[in-house]
Amino acid sequence: MSQVPADLKYTKSHEWVRLLADGRLEIGITDHAQHALGDLVFVEVPEIGRTLEAGAACAVVESVKAASDVYAPLSGTVVENNAELASSPEAINEDCYGRGWMIRLAAAEPVALDGLLDASAYAAVLAAEGG
Amino acid sequence: MPFIPHTEDDVREMLATIGAPSIDALFDEIPASLRIKGLDGIPAGLSEMEVGRLMSERARLDGRPLSFLGAGAYEHHIPAAVWAITTRGEFYSAYTPYQAEASQGTLQLIYEYQTMISSLTGMEVSNASLYDGGSAVAEAALMAVRAHRKSKSLRVIVPATVNPNYRRVAISTAGNQGLRFEVVPYVRDSGCIDQAALGAYAGEDIAALVIQQPNFFGQLEDVDALTDWAHAQGMLVIAVVNPTSLALLKPPGQWGNKGADICVGEGQPLGVPLSSGGPYFGFMTTRMEYVRSMPGRIVGRTFDLDGKHGYTLTLQAREQHIRRGKATSNICTNQGLLMTAATIYMTLLGPQGLERVAAASMQRTSELLQALTAVKGVRAAFAGARFHEVVIQLDRPAAAVLAELETAGIQGGVDLTLDYPELGAAILVCATETKTGDDIERYAQALGAALQAVRAA
Repeated sequence: MSQVPADLKYTKSHEWVRLLADGRLEIGITDHAQHALGDLVFVEVPEIGRTLEAGAACAVVESVKAASDVYAPLSGTVVENNAELASSPEAINEDCYGRGWMIRLAAAEPVALDGLLDASAYAAVLAAEGG
Repeated sequence: MPFIPHTEDDVREMLATIGAPSIDALFDEIPASLRIKGLDGIPAGLSEMEVGRLMSERARLDGRPLSFLGAGAYEHHIPAAVWAITTRGEFYSAYTPYQAEASQGTLQLIYEYQTMISSLTGMEVSNASLYDGGSAVAEAALMAVRAHRKSKSLRVIVPATVNPNYRRVAISTAGNQGLRFEVVPYVRDSGCIDQAALGAYAGEDIAALVIQQPNFFGQLEDVDALTDWAHAQGMLVIAVVNPTSLALLKPPGQWGNKGADICVGEGQPLGVPLSSGGPYFGFMTTRMEYVRSMPGRIVGRTFDLDGKHGYTLTLQAREQHIRRGKATSNICTNQGLLMTAATIYMTLLGPQGLERVAAASMQRTSELLQALTAVKGVRAAFAGARFHEVVIQLDRPAAAVLAELETAGIQGGVDLTLDYPELGAAILVCATETKTGDDIERYAQALGAALQAVRAA
């Protein structure tokens, strides 16, 4: 059973969002996603300063099986990216909700997390997918 | 690896397994309105015997002219062993086989090819080859736009000294994907990129600068200064090179302070015969940091469970069978057979052999230029260093003079009038190691006579 921490928000495309104390948003991929992809060998994160639109592809995670897009859960500007992932992509496999974070975003509008799934709704999505 | 088609029994069994009544039923989802009823424009089939006869007759029409054509495809001596080995059954398939790892010999050959091309171009990594030189330039432009992390620009500078056919292929391939190609003029005296005109792009957001060396006119560009300038502007550098010339010239990996970022070219000079325009093959090399943006297949070497060397396709996760429309390229066929010939050609010649081919070609072109410019009404278009091609200007229309030469059994050069009207009656001529002193003398005399005939007409 995949881990779905209760304090995070989620998307149907298996990204998670954490609201940080300073109002920025931390984004990564879920435990379910990292497990489905298998061992990651390469992660491409967006440059700092890049503007993301909600729902648009913003990063790529590549395993030995496939390269998959990661979609921005919300619109905003990239203020930080996890440079560690360039040399240790396995951080996502090992700790996807911690060391495996991918980008930190300054949201375009006052943070509106309501459109995202909460933990129980995401768990229901996983259950429906058979995961 | 043998290719064994399915028998009717196989087909029946497979259809029964998936519960489909017929092969046609598998295409039910395509609406009838989109299906072609018949191929009216295509004539009825011919037997092997009839095709053989037709081709022989067409080939006879070509004749065996003495050729001084270049402009991207070059007549070089090909040792007999090259195609004797290439056409062995073990190699004689144009494609990387499915379940590629079952064909270790094929993969090892591709790996050796990648090693040789990387070494020749001075770059870190090569793919397993592309269609041809023109499509390689188009793929390089797309790759530069994709790989450039700091720029979202879709603009690429392709100077007028780059083969115009390559530019046309790049526009056809990448134009509809939003790429824009900016043309920078050349200096009239030198036939090289006008660096002052290029300077007008300083500070603009542009993904890459394409530099062809030797350029389309055969002239040598100041690649170090151009590379450093482009890097200072934040552009990537795409080198377009003739592989034979690299036996003498500085490899793109050493251009300027940092070297070119992507290197591509036409591989035909390496053991592939001139054959009515193809098939040829393109090559592409780059830095390791851009390897994930590079289109095409890459073979890697690894160890198997017993600790023995083994070869495998690597970095496939971005290819079209996995990434579909988001793949690094959807034209990444590798030209297996021609790449095989090139690998055997390079192996037989070695670095010294290739250097002798390059030096002899350069020398022959120098002799050719001397002989032709001694003819009344002929002069060199540009001054400065060149490799094995040169532009000459005639005092009579190029097409008429070339037609006269053809009647004398000589293909005198490529007419530049359409692509470079500002040069007047100009033709691009080339001599490789295949041309003797007698050949050059014959051409010079025929050119004098041809000019005379056109003047008299």
